[in-house]
Amino acid sequence: MKLTLGPVLYNWEPSVWRDFYFRIADEAPVDIVCVGEVVCSKRLPFFQDLVPEVVERLAAAGKEVLLSSQALITLERERRQTASLAREADLLVEANDVTALAHLVGRPHAVGPYVNVYNESTLAWLAGNGARRVCLPPELPASSIAALAKACSDVQLEVWSFGRVPLAISARCYHARLHKLTKDNCQFVCGKDPDGLPTDTLDGQAFLSVNGVQTLSSTYANLIGSLPDLAAMGVAACRLSPQTCDMIAVAGAFRGVADGMLDPAEGQHALDLICAEASFSNGFFSGTAGAHHTAAAAV
Amino acid sequence: MELICPAGTPSSLRTAVDAGADAVYCGFRNETNARNFPGLNFSPEELAEGVTYAHRRGAKVLVAINTFPRAGAIGLWHQAVDDAVKAGAAALILCDIGLMAYTAEHYPGTRLHVSVQAAAANVDAIRFYVERFNAKRVVLPRVLSVPEIAAITRGTACEVEVFVFGGLCVMAEGRCSLSSYATGLSPNMNGVCSPASHVAYEEQHGTITSRLGGFTINKFGSGEPAAYPTLCKGRFRTDLSTGYIFEDPVSLDAATLLPGLRDAGVTALKIEGRQRSRAYIENVVRSFREALSALDEGRPIPAGMLRPLSEGQSNTLGAYRKTWR
Repeated sequence: MKLTLGPVLYNWEPSVWRDFYFRIADEAPVDIVCVGEVVCSKRLPFFQDLVPEVVERLAAAGKEVLLSSQALITLERERRQTASLAREADLLVEANDVTALAHLVGRPHAVGPYVNVYNESTLAWLAGNGARRVCLPPELPASSIAALAKACSDVQLEVWSFGRVPLAISARCYHARLHKLTKDNCQFVCGKDPDGLPTDTLDGQAFLSVNGVQTLSSTYANLIGSLPDLAAMGVAACRLSPQTCDMIAVAGAFRGVADGMLDPAEGQHALDLICAEASFSNGFFSGTAGAHHTAAAAV
Repeated sequence: MELICPAGTPSSLRTAVDAGADAVYCGFRNETNARNFPGLNFSPEELAEGVTYAHRRGAKVLVAINTFPRAGAIGLWHQAVDDAVKAGAAALILCDIGLMAYTAEHYPGTRLHVSVQAAAANVDAIRFYVERFNAKRVVLPRVLSVPEIAAITRGTACEVEVFVFGGLCVMAEGRCSLSSYATGLSPNMNGVCSPASHVAYEEQHGTITSRLGGFTINKFGSGEPAAYPTLCKGRFRTDLSTGYIFEDPVSLDAATLLPGLRDAGVTALKIEGRQRSRAYIENVVRSFREALSALDEGRPIPAGMLRPLSEGQSNTLGAYRKTWR
């Protein structure tokens, strides 16, 4: 089982962003690392110049690097960025929208979790179009993952396994709205919440997390208890999505369980210590409400 | 511009056609369509009868097969495509790439419309569906301003359809798992959002609390009408403020934008609401038919013509006005 580190979804300080990837390159037992701005094109100029050195450092450490494209593309500027990323990149591009797929037809590429791959027919079509890796949508239950893995052996399937779950993307920026700003003059207030803005119910129950135009779960998805099941299904990789907790340690726990050095309960215990603040969920995988968590997800 | 109207049942199909719809859209009575609600939708026989009724009055029937087929169970969705073509559907409204490939291969003569659930929000995405699956029309997601829609119609030969009235998705359509996060049931997989089966209301000390899947979505004081707990239109709490974080409980009304949408090169206007009553359908369709007639004849569009229909709710122009973002 390979481990993939997904792209940073939050608006981190550029130096923090760079140093995070440097540390991943030097210390994290992950095989694949995604780099790029998926959520909001306004953030990209802040770290764009750092991308080459980050990619170089990751590649030198033996990581396979994917360049992730933006998930929702409405502006001309975003179209141009996506086109040049898809057409000019030397590395494998991860398409997070059909917009990028349009430029990648017939060339090897990856498909990210924001493209709707729910069934074997769509997966086969994407494989024929050049998809080599597909990270499945996080809301898929184990039964669908198993059916997809069985149906298509020539695509490396990946499953969202750690981190807040991306639940929705919008034209409206909720961070700007909460700060009584417009999106066009947002003052990049999403940067104030490097792990998302906690959004609770009126009864004070933790529920969602706002990240600019993106809405994520309050809980961190956590499939460490199901790694043996995922491997048995034929899933090729687990995706770990960066949060502000110690991602090196998170990757270490997943690596340990994937390699059989830790049993799943030990891995879970390690994560409980590493992310003491987080609540975990695996309901999507179990086929129930995504927010639910069961100690050992029933498959 | 064509007027595309919702038909949740055979009788509302007839109502919409009689009230002046150029086309109605409907779905089968199962999870293959995004309004998979109890008591709604069509059997294959009812669809064939509806097509006959519509054709006699010069209207078309479009069939929405706009959920994402479940792995291991694609047969149900293929059957829906087969049945819709057999019944004489003028077009299929699809969102899943695999299902588009099936339809383009088996029924190359059938018009394929890209559902709003595919969220094709720019000309490159639209081009993908046109070139790969010969799509003839795209229903745009509700994330674009009118000038952006105009830029899209200039950049593609594909027909463009936009929503003008009814329920408003706040998130990009087909890319939202909020409902399944709270309930296990989603628009993409099950054809439902914030399903009634998971809704509960509780009254305590004069306050009504609405819940979805156990999560509190809103609270209402005495005298305040308790709105349905659609997740993205609930009240939530953050350190910055408490309230309608995502969107107020409003619905879309773009009637005042009809001249702008026509000038933007839009081919068809869509009314949301397959779950609505026949009386509602009749009112909305007739009002929009009158507005389009006024537009064609250069008369002013009657202001506030649909106000009685919004049933106490406020209206919004949504993303059509750029500042909404």
